[in-house]
Amino acid sequence: MKDLNTTGPAPSAEDMKLIKQFLEDTTLFLGPDPEIMQNHDLMERSPDEELAIGQNFDHHMIARIRDRLQSGCDEGYEMVEQMGAAPGAKWGDVITGIYTASGDLALASAGGVLLFSSVVHHPIKFIVKNWINEPTVGVREGDGFIHNDSRYGNVHNTDQSMILPIFHEGRLVCWVASTVHEGENGAIEPGGMPSMAESPSDEGLKMSPFKVVENYQIKRDLLTFLQNSVREPKLQLEDMKVKLFACLRIKQRIEETLNTEGPEALVAMLRLTMEDVRTEVKRRVSEWPDMSVQTYIIQDSTLRENCVVKVNCKLTKKGDRLIFDFRGSSPEFTNRATNTILGGLKGMLSQLFLCYIWPDLPRGQAAMAPIEVITDPHSILNCSYDAPNSQSLMSIFTGFTAGQHAVAKFLYSCPEKYTKVHAPAFNMINTFIWGGVSQHGETLGNLCADLNGMGAGATANRDGEHALAPIFATMADIGEQEVNEEDVPFLQLVSKKMTRDAIAPGKYRGGQGYTMMVATKDSEQWGFMTTAQGAKIPPIQGLFGGYACGTYPLSKVKDVDVYDILLNEPEKFRHSIEEIMNEQPFDGAKYTTHHMGMGFEISKRGELFMISQGAGAGYGDLLERDPVNVVKDIEEGLMSPEVAARLYKVVFDPATLAIDFEATEQARAEERQARIDRSVPYAEFVKDWNQPKPPAHLPYFGCWGDEIDTLYMGSPDVTRRGDEPRPNYMTHPKDVRIAELEARLAAAGVPGDEKQ
Amino acid sequence: MKIPMTEYLRIDLESEKWECRVCDHVIAPAEGNYKEGLLVHNRNPREIHPPVIDPDKYRYTFSPDPEWVRILEFCCPSCGTQVETEYAIPGHPPVWDMQVDVAALKAQWAARGTAMLPDAGPVVVPGRAHGH
Ligand SMILES: [Zn+2]
Repeated sequence: MKDLNTTGPAPSAEDMKLIKQFLEDTTLFLGPDPEIMQNHDLMERSPDEELAIGQNFDHHMIARIRDRLQSGCDEGYEMVEQMGAAPGAKWGDVITGIYTASGDLALASAGGVLLFSSVVHHPIKFIVKNWINEPTVGVREGDGFIHNDSRYGNVHNTDQSMILPIFHEGRLVCWVASTVHEGENGAIEPGGMPSMAESPSDEGLKMSPFKVVENYQIKRDLLTFLQNSVREPKLQLEDMKVKLFACLRIKQRIEETLNTEGPEALVAMLRLTMEDVRTEVKRRVSEWPDMSVQTYIIQDSTLRENCVVKVNCKLTKKGDRLIFDFRGSSPEFTNRATNTILGGLKGMLSQLFLCYIWPDLPRGQAAMAPIEVITDPHSILNCSYDAPNSQSLMSIFTGFTAGQHAVAKFLYSCPEKYTKVHAPAFNMINTFIWGGVSQHGETLGNLCADLNGMGAGATANRDGEHALAPIFATMADIGEQEVNEEDVPFLQLVSKKMTRDAIAPGKYRGGQGYTMMVATKDSEQWGFMTTAQGAKIPPIQGLFGGYACGTYPLSKVKDVDVYDILLNEPEKFRHSIEEIMNEQPFDGAKYTTHHMGMGFEISKRGELFMISQGAGAGYGDLLERDPVNVVKDIEEGLMSPEVAARLYKVVFDPATLAIDFEATEQARAEERQARIDRSVPYAEFVKDWNQPKPPAHLPYFGCWGDEIDTLYMGSPDVTRRGDEPRPNYMTHPKDVRIAELEARLAAAGVPGDEKQ
Repeated sequence: MKIPMTEYLRIDLESEKWECRVCDHVIAPAEGNYKEGLLVHNRNPREIHPPVIDPDKYRYTFSPDPEWVRILEFCCPSCGTQVETEYAIPGHPPVWDMQVDVAALKAQWAARGTAMLPDAGPVVVPGRAHGH
């Protein structure tokens, strides 16, 4: 699927036409089409669209139709959220949208994950290009297409879309689609997002867009095949039906418009909505200062092993152009799942603009359309067909954060901002993914909605909110754990309790995250996994002198049954990770900590798995924080008095927390002077600090400094050029461990007399 | 005209300099890297993000690994205000985070006029008596 490379003289236009025809006639496999997959701009106006727009409809009528269909999308969204069987559906990891006949996303539901729908234009364009005129497939009234393979345009294979063409008097006028984070998809680990995947073949169902509905009926043979391929066959059926019916409801709303206003008005509305948004985005960008902003975000693991994976971002604004240059980011991992397709990154950037920067704009594909994105081929942000990407969220979210951090520096000086200047939100899905056989004998695989409890970043005038919303769905909820517990054989023994001292300080502090402790109770076949980075290096940056969050580990307590403890010695139980791990109150138990990439692990009854959601970043110099708010944070259990006093230099009575304002002013003035005394001028600092290469003690991936042409691959001596792909294999962590232990045996003098 | 560019930095369009918004200290040429006019401290991240669980017992403690990441703290040499932080891999050159096209900025604001200046500014300045 690479471009043709010829060493001889370039073929003539006629030759090229022939070659193209030959290739089309003899294609053995319709893989993802780079022409579709690398492009996120709007399609050219079609003749139908020209004709429709030429009728010069009244703008008020266009707006009225848009509002009606926006409500139609919202209605479809509500249906999926209320009726969907996937836990993701219940808390809003869902979206519905209307796409133009050419496949562009024109309208999306107000709630839900915009990221999902902003990648679904790819599979629709694939269907338009390949199936409409394909005699063995075709696109007819009553058809429905299913899709999940990320390489054809999806975040990851756990999301499934139902896509319906809408006809009017035999003419295709638009498409509707509904997408849900389903969870199960038959991958090597339950839950649909395997971090153990070492190739796409480990990632479960890989549905390129195909027809699964005819005459508005799901085809039973294909359905059975799909059910047979996943761990939750009933879920597969239920949610295919739910998505189909949501699409049919939106279709009904579209038909009402077609009957009253006619197809031209609909087609004009869809097209003009997108074009108007695109124009408005260029106008808004032109109001920003002409500047380049650089930042980088570090992923500290592949979810299998800790390493330093750079997401490099240079955002340049010039006139009305805005260019994200992600070159210099880590090479793709050939056998690790944290890579993303380019469309996933772009979808998340559109989420940045439509949820955090310009939330007043109509939600669709158009806002991102004029914004340019540059990446290296076969990089962690633009991975190849052969690279696994089931944990793409790691790269999508850190890419988002790089964008969020950079954009804030453009917005500060803008007279009109539409939103507050915002420090980066927490960006990791710190939650438990679970699976196995439930107390009701059902095979299940899914996750706790706590991934939606990410702490918000502070803004220019207030603290970030705690456990607010996931960056990919600002309207989503964290769900009712108690409801979930009716279906699953484990309890969250501690839930929604803020994790003390896991802070992001600043003049305005970041919103904090909460503790989750789970323990299996009623199944011998049940386990958990966690898939997040940031146990060694924070996955975000602070803003304007504010700090990022800290780091978040996984803690386990084994060789214990806490249900027995709660029954027989309840006084021994503790309600914070801090107390359980430091006091070790359960006799004979084993206490360990780990990074947050825990592969699926079967748990025994009463063993504790403990994690925390994370904090958004802080904003501004922490010495400017109002002392009253510092003490409020102590009172609310967000911060211990010692930490508060040491960092914020607030002087208070330890017993009453009464603030001595004079002494605080004095302490802060002294700290400002102390800063000046302990710091050194920049030129002097970089002389000692700057190194020509990454440190030898860190497995480092990506460019070093500004030299984006050279990408390091785990060592100061192994590199590739940014534009020249090379395989990048990681050794199995168990093999690494075995090698370490063998070296220790050898060092201890154990004879190496095994036969080789 | 002075354009507020961040919470603590502004650009004086006449003198073409970065300035501290807290103490008016002139920091660096506007077309250059403002960090070059600031002081830097290499902060151990453990001091800002304290271990929640005992670092003597556990490998992961809620506190960033100081061998893997440092916090570069940039402060104004005149008033000590912390202007910027950068979570950096040890030895990684600090990023030139705001590379401004000064001529374009001048033109943009010449067209806009002072009336459009955002009025947000630091709420707290050193030495200010507390209002409570
Ligand atoms: Zn100053």
